Amino acid sequence: MRKAFLPLVVVLMALYVSALLLIARAPFESTMGLVQKIFYFHFPPAVLMLLSAIFCGLMSAAFLIRKRQAFDRIALAAAELTVLYGSIALVTGPLWARKAWGVWWVWDPRLTMSFLMWMIFVSYLILRKYGGPGSETLSAGLAVFGMANAPFVYLSVNMWRTMHPKTSVVPTLPVDFATPLWVSFAGFLLLYIVLLTARVRIAEQQALLDQLYVDSDL
Amino acid sequence: MTPRRMTWWLLLFTVGVAGMGALVLAQPGQTEFVPVSQLPAGEQLPAARLLVAAYAFVWIAVLAYVWLMWRKLGKVEREISELSSQMAKRRP
Repeated sequence: MRKAFLPLVVVLMALYVSALLLIARAPFESTMGLVQKIFYFHFPPAVLMLLSAIFCGLMSAAFLIRKRQAFDRIALAAAELTVLYGSIALVTGPLWARKAWGVWWVWDPRLTMSFLMWMIFVSYLILRKYGGPGSETLSAGLAVFGMANAPFVYLSVNMWRTMHPKTSVVPTLPVDFATPLWVSFAGFLLLYIVLLTARVRIAEQQALLDQLYVDSDL
Repeated sequence: MTPRRMTWWLLLFTVGVAGMGALVLAQPGQTEFVPVSQLPAGEQLPAARLLVAAYAFVWIAVLAYVWLMWRKLGKVEREISELSSQMAKRRP
């Protein structure tokens, strides 16, 4: 963690500065105006939540098959970050929706499935904390189930009628809007990598400590 | 219809229309359709506040997570140092 602290500070500062620049310099969208800029803090965490859920599911599947603790430690870190990024997406979305749709929340397929996915990974963390011995195997199964949900969350806007913008919006954005979005995405991705690395390192030290207790017979 | 009767009918019609107009104008004004610029300050939705709230939440969430990790690391390091000192005491 001590080694990861400097990159973490650099990434956080870069994210902070880029966010301020994005707000100040990015063009205003004609119908939504200023509130559209929430999109730059909503889309990257939402996409990273899905990618993180898939990553966590893959690592959990690898743990179930290979029984190596290293996979489990990565899966745990990815689950925590899925919840963190999911929380950001689920809070910033309604802040945008209040202005754009006139309501904070609607139970439409994309929103409901995203909330469901977030709850699956919260359940994963609760199970890890209070599940006792063997909870890592149970939670790994839960993570595989959570991963299976990810494609449905992504495609829900195309499969069902929904108020949420479709998946075709981002690829067709004009350069003026797309550039700040991908800068913001890069910042959130870097932050994800640094936080994941630091969290895995802490889990490794915890495992080392547990092993020391066993070896020392204390 | 004689011109005189026609005049009476026209007069009656005009009075009726004028009366209905007066009745409509006497009604209290429509309150649902108000231009957004004329809304009271309490009912307006300033986008800047929502944007700042979203930005603040991102930072609060990330910093809270970093703080939790920092605490967890501190606990692990403390336990390692306690264990090392206990092991050192037990050595002959």
